[in-house]
Amino acid sequence: MSLYPVNKPVTDVAIDTGIARLTTEQIERTVQRVLTKECSARLQVFLDTCVHCGLCAEACHSYLSRDKDPRYAPVAKVKDTLWELVERKGRVEPESIRRMAEIAFVECGVCRRCSMYCPFGIDIAYLIMTVRRICNLLGVVPQYLQDTTNSHAVTLNQMWVHEDEWIDTVQWQEDEAITEVTAARIPLEKEGADVMYSVIAPEPKILAQLINNMALIMRVAGIDWTMPATDGWDNSNMAMYSGDFEVMGRVEKLHWETAQRLKVKRVVMGECGHAFRGAVYDGPRWLAWRQAPVTMVHAIDFYYELIKSGRIKIKQKYEPPVTLQDPCNTVRGMGLGKKVRYVVGAMCENFADMQPNYEHNYCCNAGGGLINCGPPWKHSRMLSNRVKAEQLAATGAEICITPCHNCHSGIEDVIGFYDLGMHTKFISEILVECMEIPEAMKA
Amino acid sequence: MYEFVRGPLVWLAFAALIGGGVWRLVALIGPTRKDKVILPYLHPGYAVRSLTHWLVPYNTVNMRLRPLFTMVSFLFHICLLVSPLFLAAHTEVFAATFGFAWGSWPGAWADWMTVIVIAGGVFFALRRIADPTVRYVTRWTDFALLAVVIAPFVTGLLAHLQVGPYRLMLTLHIVTGCIWLAAIPWTRLVHMIFFPLTRAYMGSEFGFRNARDW
Amino acid sequence: MSRNGNWDWTPGRKPLADVAGLRQQYRELLEMLPSPDGERFAALVVGEDGRMTAVVNGESWPETYERLWYLRFSAQGKLAGLAMNDYAWTVAVDGRTWDETFEFVWDPRFTADGLGIAALIKQDNRYAVALNGQPWPQLYDMVRDYCVSGDGERAAATVQVEPRKEADVEGFFAGTWSLAEQGERWDEKFINIWEPIYDATGRHIAAQVRTDIADYTIAVDGKVWDRLFGCVWRPCFRPDGGAVIAPVRTDGNWTLAADGEVIWPGRYAQLWQQRFSADGQRLAAVVATDFGRWTVAVDDRPWRRTFGEMVTAPTFVGDGKHIAAAVKDHDRWSIAVDGEAWDNDFDMVWEPVTQPGGSHVAVKAERGGRYLLVIDGRQVGPDYEMLWPHCFAPDGQSVLLRTVQDGKYVREVVPLAQLLG
Repeated sequence: MSLYPVNKPVTDVAIDTGIARLTTEQIERTVQRVLTKECSARLQVFLDTCVHCGLCAEACHSYLSRDKDPRYAPVAKVKDTLWELVERKGRVEPESIRRMAEIAFVECGVCRRCSMYCPFGIDIAYLIMTVRRICNLLGVVPQYLQDTTNSHAVTLNQMWVHEDEWIDTVQWQEDEAITEVTAARIPLEKEGADVMYSVIAPEPKILAQLINNMALIMRVAGIDWTMPATDGWDNSNMAMYSGDFEVMGRVEKLHWETAQRLKVKRVVMGECGHAFRGAVYDGPRWLAWRQAPVTMVHAIDFYYELIKSGRIKIKQKYEPPVTLQDPCNTVRGMGLGKKVRYVVGAMCENFADMQPNYEHNYCCNAGGGLINCGPPWKHSRMLSNRVKAEQLAATGAEICITPCHNCHSGIEDVIGFYDLGMHTKFISEILVECMEIPEAMKA
Repeated sequence: MYEFVRGPLVWLAFAALIGGGVWRLVALIGPTRKDKVILPYLHPGYAVRSLTHWLVPYNTVNMRLRPLFTMVSFLFHICLLVSPLFLAAHTEVFAATFGFAWGSWPGAWADWMTVIVIAGGVFFALRRIADPTVRYVTRWTDFALLAVVIAPFVTGLLAHLQVGPYRLMLTLHIVTGCIWLAAIPWTRLVHMIFFPLTRAYMGSEFGFRNARDW
Repeated sequence: MSRNGNWDWTPGRKPLADVAGLRQQYRELLEMLPSPDGERFAALVVGEDGRMTAVVNGESWPETYERLWYLRFSAQGKLAGLAMNDYAWTVAVDGRTWDETFEFVWDPRFTADGLGIAALIKQDNRYAVALNGQPWPQLYDMVRDYCVSGDGERAAATVQVEPRKEADVEGFFAGTWSLAEQGERWDEKFINIWEPIYDATGRHIAAQVRTDIADYTIAVDGKVWDRLFGCVWRPCFRPDGGAVIAPVRTDGNWTLAADGEVIWPGRYAQLWQQRFSADGQRLAAVVATDFGRWTVAVDDRPWRRTFGEMVTAPTFVGDGKHIAAAVKDHDRWSIAVDGEAWDNDFDMVWEPVTQPGGSHVAVKAERGGRYLLVIDGRQVGPDYEMLWPHCFAPDGQSVLLRTVQDGKYVREVVPLAQLLG
């Protein structure tokens, strides 16, 4: 019997069929291609520098959640994947690739917390992304994650949202918004607006009220804004996480070309973490931009600006006790920890911080493509979330504010699995509840 | 034999260390350029910020999480690098060869530092055996590297304490010392050379993101 | 010759609409735009009953709609918008709707002659292109990128030809997409196909296709190039017909290929938006000469000066000798001509407009929330509340400005000599 929590057996049809198709020659060729043509100094230096000290282990929520199962330490995940591929020069059996795909796609969320614990600052997430890249080229990607990438490839958004559904949903949300606040329009295709607002596809698909929330906030704050009526409205990018960098690049190219076509000064994006990473770091870099070609403002930063400048005033603070999930990609990835606390402090009466927090907060274990691996892998994901559950429970909060879609869904799963009796909310949900709407604007 | 070890072998070892070190760095230039996303983001300020946090004991979260390990690790590395430099026997050899040298530390200090290095090495080896997480990623080469690093200190101490045949111990000390020096660029001991580079990279990446990496 | 030859090019100002008045008269003013000749000014307004309509030079369209949006003028001055009543969508042109209604209509485009209109439509959950209200005979599960032939007679679009099953990865990589012209699809299926384009004759169609997880190439009339690449971007046809040119990625770098063969020896960190000169003799493209350094390469020779953030598609100047592009560096926009950036920079610039037969480059720019006309780097005239993209007279000697000044829409023709002072 294992000392450690054990995953339920999982059937992932895309991984199974992918493995069945593989030949050792194909694996060797692909591994060589990635290791020698696509990777260079970082791969070499990181692998040579690692002294196998294991100091990264306690950075990892999956390791901690699984009673320190050694296989879940970041370095162990590299050992069981890249060390083997490099040493054998890619001459491994298809079944080895199956385990590597599980490690790279399901057991590591490339959250980069371990890089803050490694004395050398080795970018372990980069190493795991290299494994994902190999798996992608081999056609061994978890079914639901691959399907999301396929959606990106076809529709340039992550949830197969048709163009007409997108427009229809935005207009429907505008209809809703103007019943609350007069002239709370969502201007589509307004060339020359100050701000283009972009979202991720789950908003029009399943959380349309978030678009309505933004219409209200923009109207009350008096922002000159627009949204595209064409592809390019989605800023999310699961192709980045499935290792399909070509599709990742295509998605980000269109997003930024759309912003440029609309002649906006900046893009404000909704409450999503990975989308920030894709749109500002990974996507532009693959396309040879040093940074996003148009200023990208994350919703946290935008709300901060609106509240701090007084464009949005808080009428009555939100009373239920809240805590806050620092999303990896905007706090460790953009340093928005102080600003998000300013926003939460301005809106909420009772705030209890999680421990650890800021850059050191634990990953929700849903971002990084993890939740997108879908139902087959949910149980495993939950086992790797025990420390998150403990962290949440210790706050005594009723609401966990999650300014990131993956955190939002992932933590809601954690709350259910560990029976924590809380709920997650986006900032915008609380903000529209407690912001002051001038009498003259009330519909 | 002793004459060869004392003379040409030492020269060879230093040549291997310096030549090898320079070669490893020069050989990185091409790959660093090819890996397009390194140089454009390197930022001296963020690099220094990161290095200072990681070079000062207990100045990072992870160091504070593991107080004993942090203490051992710092003492080990400091003693490892410093004690050979200020050992009277070494500075005298240096003075005899080059006609000048720097001051040396009292012998008792050097003895204790040597003991600390050896004890640190034993600690690391035991940790590799006792801690399941470290054991999982430990290979025989990790023990071999520890042995390579510790060997000159063990033999040096034995020679100094006149345990065993002195001339043999001294020869072994020089030989193991040379192996250690020469091994640095070509093994994971290269972390000594790459440490500032990887930290500068990660420090810059986090700095670019307005975040801390410690 | 030029479509704007018969416009009124007499120098002078014509105030044609009272924008401030419209704002008072209606509950909301949602969109406004002038016709290309500047003679008509359209506003999309919401009445007190919440219904929408268009007002052109102060005259309201006869009908109102639950929703009306995306007002656009054709080159000939037809005004069209997307209109909905009782959940039925259609296209309204100069106040009259198409007879046909659909579940949804979007992305309307005027044909090149400005007389016809194409749009994407949805009917009974199936999709097609409709030309002047007539949908293709064959509808598809999904229709996405489309293009219209130069004569406005035909349309082609990327279409999904196999039903998509939930999370069916295997089926997806077997190929579920193709291209259809006038509803009739190519036999070939692809994993993906994007952004089809017609050649000048309207007889050939090219599109980017993906044939394996990381294999990309160009398909022309259903036939893929012999060679596969790591990635491709939008192709173009040579203006004189024949070859299809596309940016291609090979060994991690970008270059240009024609009919599958690499034609530029240069390798770039990025390359896109290739454009031919009018005579087809020169070829320019936006390139990144190095990571994060953007410029224009002309016949594979990059400009010496590079820019940090963005360079937009190159425009060949009227005399055919120079090339202009909008450039962004340190978060400021400007225009570069032949690699030399103007001294002035702006919050935003629009596409360069070039003088027919001449060398002047005129640009709409924005600074501090006001709009200005900039010619050859120098602001000419005042700044405006609103300024729509201007155009030169066919002889290149005067400029048509469409502006909002002091709450009034004004059409203004100004001799170039006066502007340049």
